Formats: sequence, C-alpha cells, structure tokens
Amino acid sequence: MIRTALDRFSGRSRSAKPPRVGELLVGNPLETGPDASRGVILYLEGITVSFDGFRALDDLTLYVEVGELRCIIGPNGAGKTTMMDVITGKTRPDAGSAWFGQTIDLLNLTEPEIAQAGIGRKFQKPTVFEQHTVFENLELAMAGNKSVWHGLHARLTALERERIEEVLEIIQLTDKRSGRAGVLAHGQKQWLEIGMLLMQDPQLLLVDEPVAGMTPQETERTAELLTMLAGRRSLIVVEHDMDFVRSIARTVTVLHEGRVLAQGGIDEVQNDPKVIEVYLGV
Amino acid sequence: MSATPGVVIAPAGAGRPRSRLWQALQGDRGGRIFLAVLLAVALLVPLLNLAVPAGSALHLSDYSVTLLGKYLTYALLAMAVDLIWGYCGILSLGHGAFFALGGYAMGMYLMRQIGTRGVYGNPVLPDFMVFLNWKQLPWFWHGMDRFPFAMAMVIVVPGLLALVFGFLAFRSRVSGVYLSIITQALTYALMLAFFRNNMGFGGNNGFTDFKDMLGFSQQRAGTHMALFLATVLILAGAYLACRYLIASRAGRVIQAVRDAESRARFLGYRVESYKLWIFVFSAVLAGIAGALYVPQIGIINPSEFSPINSIEIVIWVAIGGRGTLYGAVVGAVLVNYAKTYFTAALPSFWLYALGGLFVLVTLFLPRGVVGAMHHFGPSLRARLRPRTRSRGAGA
Repeated sequence: MIRTALDRFSGRSRSAKPPRVGELLVGNPLETGPDASRGVILYLEGITVSFDGFRALDDLTLYVEVGELRCIIGPNGAGKTTMMDVITGKTRPDAGSAWFGQTIDLLNLTEPEIAQAGIGRKFQKPTVFEQHTVFENLELAMAGNKSVWHGLHARLTALERERIEEVLEIIQLTDKRSGRAGVLAHGQKQWLEIGMLLMQDPQLLLVDEPVAGMTPQETERTAELLTMLAGRRSLIVVEHDMDFVRSIARTVTVLHEGRVLAQGGIDEVQNDPKVIEVYLGV
Repeated sequence: MSATPGVVIAPAGAGRPRSRLWQALQGDRGGRIFLAVLLAVALLVPLLNLAVPAGSALHLSDYSVTLLGKYLTYALLAMAVDLIWGYCGILSLGHGAFFALGGYAMGMYLMRQIGTRGVYGNPVLPDFMVFLNWKQLPWFWHGMDRFPFAMAMVIVVPGLLALVFGFLAFRSRVSGVYLSIITQALTYALMLAFFRNNMGFGGNNGFTDFKDMLGFSQQRAGTHMALFLATVLILAGAYLACRYLIASRAGRVIQAVRDAESRARFLGYRVESYKLWIFVFSAVLAGIAGALYVPQIGIINPSEFSPINSIEIVIWVAIGGRGTLYGAVVGAVLVNYAKTYFTAALPSFWLYALGGLFVLVTLFLPRGVVGAMHHFGPSLRARLRPRTRSRGAGA
C-alpha cells in the first residue's frame, strides 16, 4: 500500500508558480530545486560551530549522495543536532561551507528559503501544530506558495485534497483527520510529523530520532517507509536505536566530538575499534 | 474504517462553492450571536433615543448614546489587540499608540473644520498655532481639511508606524516579553513627543472644541447618532474581516506560528511576514477605532498615548476571553461600563476594582467571561432542554 501511494505521490511534479513582482516582504523564496547533476545532493565542508568556546562541530566534512539513506549515529553531544541546525539555517557556522546541490549555498539562505529550496526536517521532539486538526497540519505542510497574500484566498484543489488523503493513508491517521493533533499519542505525532515531511515533498529529508516512543510495529512501518523513500529522495536519519539503524542503513556515519569518526556499512562501523571505544563499547 | 470524514471537510465539487466567510460563520456560534446583538443595538438605540419621549423610563439619553459609542470604539480596539495576542501570540502593550494616532488624524480634520469660528478667527491656522505665533501651517497639516484625505491618514499613519516598527522588531526576532516592553516604550516615547508644543499637535491640550464634521454640527444629537451607527457598522465589518482572515489558510498559519514558530519556519513560511502583516492590520483597526472615538468624545490629547492605557486594553481582552474576537468586545464593554459606574460612585476605588477583577478572572476564569460561557453554557442548555440530547444522539 505504501509503495503504490508513494509511486503516485512522487510522480507529481512540483507546482511551479511565477514569482509575483514587488513582493519584498511577502515574496515566495526559491522555488527551484537543487542541481544534483554530479550525483551529490549535500556538501558539508570544514564546518565549525562553537558555542562559548565549546566546539559543537569541529571541521566537519560530509557528503550525501542523491537518493542515499544516510544514518548518523554518535554519543550525546557529538554534534548531530547542531549539524541539522546548520543545514536548515538555524545555526550559522563559524567556518566552512554548506551547499545543496551544485548551486544553492545554504549559508546564504534563511530557514524558510531552505525549506522552500527542498530540505525538510523532522525534529527530535515531535513538533506538530497541536491546536490544529491532523488534516490542517498536513495542509499547512503542503509544498506550494507560502506567501501571506496567497494564504488569504487559497483553497484546496481536488488534487491537493487527494494528496492529503494519500498521506493520511500512509501515516494511518485517516480516522483521526478531524481531531486535534494535540491529543494524538506520541507515536502518532511522530507519524504526523513524518506525514508533514511527505506533504512538504523535499528533495532532502533530515529525520531526527524518528522512532523514539514508537511501538515495535510502528517502528517497523517507519523503517519500511524510510527505505521506500530512499532512492526517490535523499535522507539523513539520526537515531539511537541500533536495531532500527541496522534495519534501514546502507551507509552509517559515526560522529564524535563534532567530527566524523568512522563511516561505512553497519558491520564495518560496529567492528571499528575507534567506534567501539567511544560509543558502542560503553 | 473512516466513519466521519466528509462531515467536516466537504468533498470537492459537492454543490456550489460557498463563500469562505459563510463557512466561517457556520462554525462560529458566538460570532453569530455577537452580530445579532450588534444588529439589535443598531435598531434599538436609535429607537429608544429618538422615538421614545424624553420623560419615558425607556428613553435613552444622548449622553448614554455617546457613552455606548465610546464603549464600542474601545471594543474595536480590544478586538484589534485580540487578533494579534489571541491568534498570533504577540502581546502588544502599545496599541494605545495606534488608537491615539488614528484619533489625532481625525482630530486634525476636525480642527481644520473650525475655520474662522475659533477664538482667534484665523481661517487656516488652528487656535493653538496662532497662540504660539506660528505664521503658516506645518507641512503635515496640509490636506487634512479634506475628509477623504484625512480618513486615508487614519489608516496610513498607524499602518506605516506598525510596518516600520514591526519590520524592525520581527526581523530581529524580538518576541515575548521583550516585544511587549518595546511596545510600551513606543507609546511612551510618542506621548512625550506629543506633549511638546513645537510638535504641532497642540501640546498637552491636544485638540478640542470641534464645531462640525462633514458639515454636521457636533452639538446635534443626530450627528452623535450617526457616529454611533457608523461605529456599530464598522465594528461588525471589522469582526467579519478578522473572522475571514482567521478562517483562511493564512489565519491557520498565524495560529501555527503562535503554537510552534520554528516548525512553521522549517515548513517554509516566512514567519516574520505573517507577524508583520497581521500586526499592521491590527494597528489599522486600532487607528480606525481612535478616529471613531475622537468625534464622539470631542477631545484628543497626549494622555491617550499613556502606557497605562495600552495595558488596560490587554486587561479588557483577558477579562473578556482571548482568542475569540467577540470576547474582547464583551471585555471592553463590561470593564468600561464598570469603570463608568465606579469612577462616579467610588472614584478612589476604581483601580483596586480593576486590579481585583483582573486577578479574579486570571485565577478562576483563565479563558475569560466568554470562555466560562462556553464551558458552562452547554451543560446549562442541556439541563434546560433535556430533549436536545436525545435528538442529537439520533441524528
């Protein structure tokens, strides 16, 4: 069911609307996607971030290929969340460069511009709009024109409605669609946020601890969903649950003290003495 | 599996598309009641004032009409504050400034209408300028003798100030208590500026002794009645505009910003733009309220910029119940009625009463008077009409 839904889903082209003139304060940011013609969608080079002398990221260099599902693991304080903050524009690094494809310099863009360029993010703590219904959460996440003026008169088209229905089906919240998102169980909120990512339809998905608080069945479905998405989209998944990582990972990157400690297949990484020392051996 | 979808979200193409405003009002019982009450007020007040003879117990005095009109301009102001506080989480403690600016723009028009009837009889310069020995009209007074231009200024001046202030504040991501403090500073700074004689706004006396508006004498009861009805009409229009805004997708984004600002940002919404435009819209509503207030009260002076005024507005909204729009109206009318009563009966007691009211409502009615009605209303109705429940279950 997921596969067919996703097939229909990703077959749809991103809506291209001409930018309006004179939208200094309300204009829609970049509508163009990344140029990933060299096969790499994300370039992080020499990224350094310091907070009051503490180096959260220390000369971090990382490349993510188009269609890749990359798992990032590492002990607390390794810099995983800070790395996501840099990619999404929340934190500006002290040094280094971050490019989305060949042409988009992430360090020059604001958070909404980066989101519009095609990078979506799921937070560690599930963050949904609690006062809105499940349906409205998905509507708000939908890709498209997000300017104030458009929002004043926007109506859902039949196509958009259908797309929301598909995502509701994928995240198994169809019967909760009219209920407030705030009353959902923890795992359902996680799924709703994943659904919001699907609505946003980004080229690169940053997924922070997607299965925290999920039942084994939910975890399994999440793994299924993420592996389905890989290939169509590029994903970076941060997760502590090693069984989950094992079930989805092709390449694993281990971060430690703001640097890449090791990288490779899951077995390779788990047998690396450096990794065992700092992380797995504990 | 899915038993109830279609009920809330009508399938596309089912029937002709209804207007969004209509849909919004369908789900807004309180708003329909509010509009019905406004309509009743618009019909009854002229009837009781003009048609019922002065000796009758049902007669509404001209004084009462003006007082009611004043309450309703405050209600519009409170609604403007509720729009940004209740729906977007922006606690402005400076909305009195936008109200006063709208009032001053209207006041300038009314001053220019006095013409040769002033004490000094100068056809162009208002009295206070003659008194200060000014020889010509300052540039910003030009055009204010024309009603359409002055009304445009009622909207443009508060709107422009809100645009510049909001642009700087929201772009720097100033929010929460820091934003509240700088809005207080804004209104305080404007108060000090308007107190100065050489600002050209009449110093601490402000504007008063208006003669007529659009050729109708300020002394006539009919003029006051027309102003009162205009206030009712504009209040209803403002309610519909706010309701439309809230029901639109932009309105849902605004509430999303209130609840999870960074989430909205990472979904690609320019949070600053949304905050800015709703702030500007709210400031314009406050300016219009001020412009309706001045001709009914007959005076505007810099004390309208006083920081305490802006804090009082927030108390009205809190008491009425924020995040409902009509709750702000209820709060503004209730508190100001109480104020009129107490300041006449027990003048020294009023501030204690207001403070006490605020504390009581915060402690026992966190969602305000309207919130309490929502809470207790259904159970009360069910008790009064026991059949409603069974009918509801059968549907």
